Amino acid sequence: MSAVSDALVITKRQLLQLTRVPEVLLFSTIQPIMFVLLFRYVFGGSIDTGQPGGYVQLLMPGIFVQTVAFTLAGTAVGLAADMQKGLIDRFRSLPISRSAVVFGRTLGDGALNIVVLAAMGITGFIVGWRPSSGFFNIVLGFLFLLVFGFAMSWVGVIIGLSVREERVAQNATFIAVFPLTFLSNAFAPTTGMPKPLQYVAEWNPVSTMVAGCRELFGLKNEFGATAGSFPSENPLLMSVIYMVIIMAIFIPLSVRKYNKASK
Amino acid sequence: MKAIIAEDLCKSYNNGSVKALNGLNLDVEEGTVLGVLGPNGAGKTTTVRVLATLLTPDSGRATVAGIDVLKNPDEVRKIIGLSGQYAAVDETLTGWDNLIMFGRLYHLSAKQAKTRAIELLEQFSLTDSAKRPIRTYSGGMRRRLDLAASLIIKPKVLFLDEPTTGLDPRGRQDMWGVINELVKGGVTLLLTTQYLEEADHLADEIAVIDHGKVIARGTSDSLKKQVGGERLEIVVENQFVSATKEIVAKVSGGAINVDEGLRQISAPVTTGSKALIEAAKLLDEKGIHPLDIGLKRPSLDDVFLSLTGHVAEEKKDEDLASSGKKRGR
Ligand SMILES: Nc1ncnc2c1ncn2[C@@H]1O[C@H](COP(=O)(O)OP(=O)(O)O)[C@@H](O)[C@H]1O
Ligand SMILES: [Mg+2]
Repeated sequence: MSAVSDALVITKRQLLQLTRVPEVLLFSTIQPIMFVLLFRYVFGGSIDTGQPGGYVQLLMPGIFVQTVAFTLAGTAVGLAADMQKGLIDRFRSLPISRSAVVFGRTLGDGALNIVVLAAMGITGFIVGWRPSSGFFNIVLGFLFLLVFGFAMSWVGVIIGLSVREERVAQNATFIAVFPLTFLSNAFAPTTGMPKPLQYVAEWNPVSTMVAGCRELFGLKNEFGATAGSFPSENPLLMSVIYMVIIMAIFIPLSVRKYNKASK
Repeated sequence: MKAIIAEDLCKSYNNGSVKALNGLNLDVEEGTVLGVLGPNGAGKTTTVRVLATLLTPDSGRATVAGIDVLKNPDEVRKIIGLSGQYAAVDETLTGWDNLIMFGRLYHLSAKQAKTRAIELLEQFSLTDSAKRPIRTYSGGMRRRLDLAASLIIKPKVLFLDEPTTGLDPRGRQDMWGVINELVKGGVTLLLTTQYLEEADHLADEIAVIDHGKVIARGTSDSLKKQVGGERLEIVVENQFVSATKEIVAKVSGGAINVDEGLRQISAPVTTGSKALIEAAKLLDEKGIHPLDIGLKRPSLDDVFLSLTGHVAEEKKDEDLASSGKKRGR
């Protein structure tokens, strides 16, 4: 009981930070919006998707997934900064639940995605994105994205507590996430890649998430999936499996790491 | 009763090549203040981190208020307050936000947290800046807020790691005042410092540590006696050296040291400023105008030199950096 309320105090602290430094929220929203506009108008004309509605229909799930994957970075940077400033030490000297700080943080970072996804969705709609699967599936799609962001946030906990410095966390996460999102079907079909890379891309959780979201938002998933493999045939199932695996590994690991954390 | 006991604490880093704690023993009587005095790298922070349940030692045992730190860390956390070497508060939030957050984490109700925040802000003269983000605070204000945050539950045992390092003289004075007030309330305090003067001012007893070990322990008077107490130092022009020596002999009674090169005459004195005034008067009567005259109090360096035979080695100037900045490691 107090574990939950302790975690919520930490989450609340993060939301308070957003009201004190609104630029953070502003920039974490502007960046994905910029991506939507750039990809839509720079590549949109040259990629023939063979689907009604054009490239933007395929693009949006890709950018959604890329953005929530980067939740990892926010978590890592935030925790590294807390570590660097000695706040983690202070939290650890308090009589609070041993998982409160990391749960509060991942919850806060996960919740921030609601705002970011909403802003992106609206921008997408303005530039022509029209999910066609009905209310229920669309909501399910967004829920899917939120859970994925939450799971990735736990990976960020480990990174943040390991590197212990804000600047390093920034670079480390960038290097970790960028290849992951580009070695996927998010922005272009995997079929153009060299064969070995195609396999990597196919099994990449980002790809299964993107393919899964495309399904939930009402697209036939031809683009980007090399036909026949298990992940490309069952992207939703595979994504759920990935999320469960990530959380099953990283939540206990993170809690342990936090309790041993030292500057 | 002993409020803090540490027995044979050892902690090494980098596969044993750095011994941060090397068989450290200490104990603090309930309701008293122990000053842990030592140079940079002596093991002060490591000691505090072990006692505050943040770090597991490689070996040894420790209790706080009779509770085993290693076996029952959760219980220890309920009764201690910790203010680390660098102010650890959320800089983007206001002083008020921080105190409320920590109050809630100590499981106060929303109302209790508010009441306590108001009290603490008042006590630490921060009421006027309560609604400003911490990043606009001066180093002294940050440390005071940090200290306030560690007092939310009125801890039985308080740990302050170098509470004035990085503060300007004014901030240091303020902090001393605040700490003295606190101590009157009966809390047991373990405080670390690099300055003998500070330990002198705040602590009932002092433990001098070096290379992860306590090398001397006692009241500040007894430590100073070991070093030799205060010295009167006078610098005069060449022709006055021998006359000055005679004058110093009258006020000191101890062994007189004459440095011909520096034209400096020095000797231990026991009567402090009285000896200084006396010497000045006698010099004046003889028409001698000293180039420099003063009392030199034993510094940490002197204590060290006399206790260990080596000079306290300064590692880096990192501690002069503002208290809000954390060194990266
Ligand atoms: N996490 C760490 N990794 C490696 N060495 C460390 C670590 N923490 C402390 N040390 C080393 O242990 C010694 C004691 O450090 P510390 O307790 O911080 O000293 P003090 O607080 O007295 O300046 C120093 O030599 C320091 O470099
Ligand atoms: Mg220290």
